[in-house]
Amino acid sequence: MKRILTITIFTLFLALAFASVAFAQQSGPTDDDVNAIAKQLFCPVCENTPLDVCPTQACAQWRALIKEKLAAGWSEQQIKDYFVTQYGARVLSEPPRTGLNWLVYIVPPVVFIIGAVILYRGLVSMRKPAAMTVAESAPATKNESAEDYMKRVEEELKKRN
Amino acid sequence: MTQTNPTPASPRRGVPAWVQVIVWAILFGLLALVAFGLRNAQQGTVQVGDTIPGFSLTLFDGYQYQDKSTVSLADFKGKVVVINFWASWCKPCEEEAAELEAVWRANQANGNVIFLGVDYTDTEPEARGYLTKFDISYPNGPDLGTRISQMFRIKGVPETYFIDENGVLKYIQIGPFASSAEIQRVIDQLLND
Repeated sequence: MKRILTITIFTLFLALAFASVAFAQQSGPTDDDVNAIAKQLFCPVCENTPLDVCPTQACAQWRALIKEKLAAGWSEQQIKDYFVTQYGARVLSEPPRTGLNWLVYIVPPVVFIIGAVILYRGLVSMRKPAAMTVAESAPATKNESAEDYMKRVEEELKKRN
Repeated sequence: MTQTNPTPASPRRGVPAWVQVIVWAILFGLLALVAFGLRNAQQGTVQVGDTIPGFSLTLFDGYQYQDKSTVSLADFKGKVVVINFWASWCKPCEEEAAELEAVWRANQANGNVIFLGVDYTDTEPEARGYLTKFDISYPNGPDLGTRISQMFRIKGVPETYFIDENGVLKYIQIGPFASSAEIQRVIDQLLND
């Protein structure tokens, strides 16, 4: 009985030890957590390269910095704000909605809408002349009723007889 | 007898004039922006002979200039100013770090030359490690928001700018200096001008 109790306590101790190690490994920010923020930032040294895939030492340092800030309990927005303060707004993958940056958000949809309107008007003007030609070439009798038409046919037949 | 119906003159239906004006205005505006951006991108660094506009630099903890932790270019009026852009991740910067410090120490007592280190897109722990490693004692600070490097339009690090007593840029070194004698030669030229 005593032996079983010892084995049970030992097993429990081992399980607790493994659980604590596993918990310790999971409690810190993971690479995925870091990359989720890093991909929203760009390396200002090697242009047009997102921070999560940038291979330079500078970017590795910045990813380490993100991890450090996450571990310290900083939020995603706080970290992004810190990077903007340190390195300027150009590190953001999405430019802040201020000043001339608004052009980035306004111009593409405006150009798209203008293009769509021009295309629509062009298509309409291409279809109209064709429709008008058909209307003009149609026989004048098309609009009169079948009854009137039959009357006219009978009158014509009477005249011929 | 054939009767010909006069065909009504169909009005010319196109894009209204005001829409055309707006479209062309937007197009020209965008072209102007692109041209402005291209011009800036191809402009290169500030040029020798340019008067350097004022700027301020908040120094790293432990660094001061005349008991101030934030310095501005105006503080150095009447002195030759050597501005070195560097970063801890920059291997070529390491090649000249000891030389810059040696020349600074050699000139510090004269009081007519000041060195200023501007740390470009760096992380503070690594930057501090770099400053400690090379025992750098001249005023140094991070280029917050990359404002100073954008003003100088630097293309990379290391780059070193020599400004005379009147605030006019006199010499630019792109890349590391090979020796301390090379740095001293430029300073002597400026002091003797």
